[in-house]
Amino acid sequence: MENIKKLIINTVPDAVIEDKQKLTVTVVPDKLHLLAKTFRDNAALPMDTLVYLIGVDRGEELGVNYLLCSSTDLSKEVVLKTGTTDRENPLLYSVTDLFETAHYNEREVFALLGIRFINNPDMRKFFLNGDWVGYPLRKDYDANPEINPVTLESKDIVDIAPRITETADGELVEDTVKIFEDDDYIINIGPQHPSTHGVMHFRTALDGEIVKKIDVHSGYIHRGIEKLSEGLTYPQILHFTDRLDYLSANINRHGLCMCVEKAAEIEVPERAQYIRTIMDELNRIDSHCLAWACQTNDLGATTAFIYGMREREVILDIFEKTCGGRLIINQNVVGGVMFDIYADFQKDVKAFIPYMRTKLVEYDRFFSHNVIGLGRMVSIGNLSKEDAISYAVTGPAGRGSGWSCDIRKHIPYALYDKVEFKEIIRTEGDSYARYLNRLDEIEESLHIIEQLIDNIPAGDICAKVKPILRLPEGEYYSRVEACRGEFGVFIESRGDKTPYRLKFRSPSMALVSAMPLICKNEKISDFIGIGGSMDYVIPDIDR
Amino acid sequence: MSLNYSQPLEISNLTSWLDAALRGCLAEFWVLLIEFVLVAVVLLAAYAVIALILIYAERKITAFFQARFGPNRVGKWGLLQSVADMIKILLKEIIKINRSDRFLFFVAPFFMIVASMLTFGAVPFGKGLHAIDFNIGVLYVTAVSSLGIIGVLLAGWSSNNKYSMIGAMRSGAQFVSYELSAGFALMTIVVLAGTMQFSAMIEGQRYCWNIFNGHISSIIAFVIYLISGHAETNRGPFDLPEAESELTAGYHTEYSGLQFGFFYLAEYLNMFIIASIATTVFLGGYMPIQVHGWEGFNQIMTYIPTYIWFFGKTAVLIFLSLWVRWSFPRLRIDQLLNLEWKYLLPINLVNILLMVILVLTGLTLTDLFPGLF
Repeated sequence: MENIKKLIINTVPDAVIEDKQKLTVTVVPDKLHLLAKTFRDNAALPMDTLVYLIGVDRGEELGVNYLLCSSTDLSKEVVLKTGTTDRENPLLYSVTDLFETAHYNEREVFALLGIRFINNPDMRKFFLNGDWVGYPLRKDYDANPEINPVTLESKDIVDIAPRITETADGELVEDTVKIFEDDDYIINIGPQHPSTHGVMHFRTALDGEIVKKIDVHSGYIHRGIEKLSEGLTYPQILHFTDRLDYLSANINRHGLCMCVEKAAEIEVPERAQYIRTIMDELNRIDSHCLAWACQTNDLGATTAFIYGMREREVILDIFEKTCGGRLIINQNVVGGVMFDIYADFQKDVKAFIPYMRTKLVEYDRFFSHNVIGLGRMVSIGNLSKEDAISYAVTGPAGRGSGWSCDIRKHIPYALYDKVEFKEIIRTEGDSYARYLNRLDEIEESLHIIEQLIDNIPAGDICAKVKPILRLPEGEYYSRVEACRGEFGVFIESRGDKTPYRLKFRSPSMALVSAMPLICKNEKISDFIGIGGSMDYVIPDIDR
Repeated sequence: MSLNYSQPLEISNLTSWLDAALRGCLAEFWVLLIEFVLVAVVLLAAYAVIALILIYAERKITAFFQARFGPNRVGKWGLLQSVADMIKILLKEIIKINRSDRFLFFVAPFFMIVASMLTFGAVPFGKGLHAIDFNIGVLYVTAVSSLGIIGVLLAGWSSNNKYSMIGAMRSGAQFVSYELSAGFALMTIVVLAGTMQFSAMIEGQRYCWNIFNGHISSIIAFVIYLISGHAETNRGPFDLPEAESELTAGYHTEYSGLQFGFFYLAEYLNMFIIASIATTVFLGGYMPIQVHGWEGFNQIMTYIPTYIWFFGKTAVLIFLSLWVRWSFPRLRIDQLLNLEWKYLLPINLVNILLMVILVLTGLTLTDLFPGLF
């Protein structure tokens, strides 16, 4: 990391460097792009993955935090901070040309904090309508419902995007761009559509059956979880995480608990770690079963869909017996877990492991080599490794493009450094690689559970935690491997019992942001198939 | 009339008795009029009843494939479920769509249902259970069944919905392509049978079904006919026109109530019609299994009424079609057209030639083993 500090000082001499939980660099807005570019192009340790892009209302200024990490070693991280004191017309420089994933994130920051980004090609609001009054995540936001009434009138979608660009001689130009050409044949896939896996809206320009361009509209179920969290105590926030990516509910919650535990320096008992890890892996199998089922259903094989649901049911029964919940399982709490495992838990899980293995063979025979299925998946929806990194596409999809991005390997948490498992990586980058990755990850998860299930130590399931937690002042990050990729939690605390700013990194948002790229020039039916292979979950995007 | 003693359960006994009774007391004109009306009513009723049975059967069989129960609430084993659904669909409101082409929108389902009805009329259900026995039966069936596509295209066009439009266009491409293969496969057998009349064709298969008679060539034609017939019915893996994961419901997205019911009914009946044509042309139709020289065996077989034979054979083919439908993922449009134009059609053309050679050189089974078949 000393090299990095040297690099920073060489590039931007007046940068403020702090060693907090992560190496944090504060720069003036003009220098941010330069510094980010230097980081990305640094040959020795390229910091080429933008994990977080967090807009924060710091009170006196509106700012953005960027968490960069290296694609070769995810544990090498650096935080960039910048901000502007202009609250009327805040402008910062975009890093979209360096990290594609910044595009949607910057649009989100614009919608929620009103910061506009110079050189971002499309500065429409993400999540919110263009005519929304006020910026919800600002501390002076007026949430009076009369300002933004619920209208029953249908609003036309305007396919014109404003943007601000900087010309070569440093002048700022505001203009608009058309998203589609005038004679494009546009169909709306969503918001209500059987295969968008939720209320997602893709405006799709078609040339016959071929997809020319996709424009993503999101926010149909935006609930403002991050804003709501700012008024709630930490134990109250916990249940929100289950409602992000509801298919990896337990893992998301694990991420938030870890973040709070790290900040409050709470030691989690060994037994709780075991239960958490086993439940996380069961959750992963459950999610991958459903993902497999949905992908086959998107390709038109309805029977396979039911088979996936059948195996998932066994896991849900185990969840139900453990803690009463099936989908939203309310198991993790700050300091440990809420419920101890039931008497027959080990027996049930051990019976499930061989059962699932026979079913994996059945999946393989039934679908993995089906000639029609192969025709719909092999070499379809190609995502190169460079694009995966630029779009920060993690999880089975990122690993299908040959990027080793498993947080469990790079930054082990819970018990992942004690168990032996393989990180499944395929280099093809097509739908089929993503498909096979999930099936193989089920096998790895079974292997992890096998190693833990007999060794659960006796002891407490939860550390003693004060009912009202006050986190010490500071910024805290945690990153976990959810079923769809890296899930992250960022908490900025000012010493209160509620967070000052809380941000969830959503793996699905990165997956969707790559959709326009990988679906271009594919057939409309493959667009659906690719969506199934990416396996995004909409509430995770909208938050 | 000696046949009557050996086949006591045939419906043709009833029909000929009825005919004789009517002729006894009425003039020729009135007899024909009454009989025509009766035939029409029976066919219409059979059309609806067969559709209901098929819907129930498909649900139960699918449930079996998918580790589910299927309908099991309405009536014993859910037997009345499809009846209840039919009543529901009859009562539902027909929603009028703004800015659609009203007339075409209204007419489209009728094309669909009329086409399948016309085909249905020409199917020989059993000995004497044959509404009309053309001497060009095969040609008639091929011609009339292809009318249905007009309904699909009109529905897609008039709905003023982009999904419907894409579905209809896919359907058009698909139907035109696969109609060729289905037609050629039937022609192959026409070459073998030497007739286009269904009754004559069935009679010719008394001791040897066409699928065995033309051995290699017949089996190829049979497989091609099943594939292309399956494709014509717009059912998975060829259900692109209504691919629900892409186009919500394809060409009938905007239809509701009875109009949707027509499409639904026609789809099921088309499945039945394809299976029954295949039965008639390849599997000996309503003819019981007969073996040269086994008089006792033949006698027993003929005790089983012909319509049982027909429906039994058809049911096997329908089961096959359901099995395929619920196992495979959906094809993409280019894969679908590739399959037809690059594989099925060339194979088919060669196959006709092969069949001609087989027939001309006397290499069919009946020619090779005249005593056995």
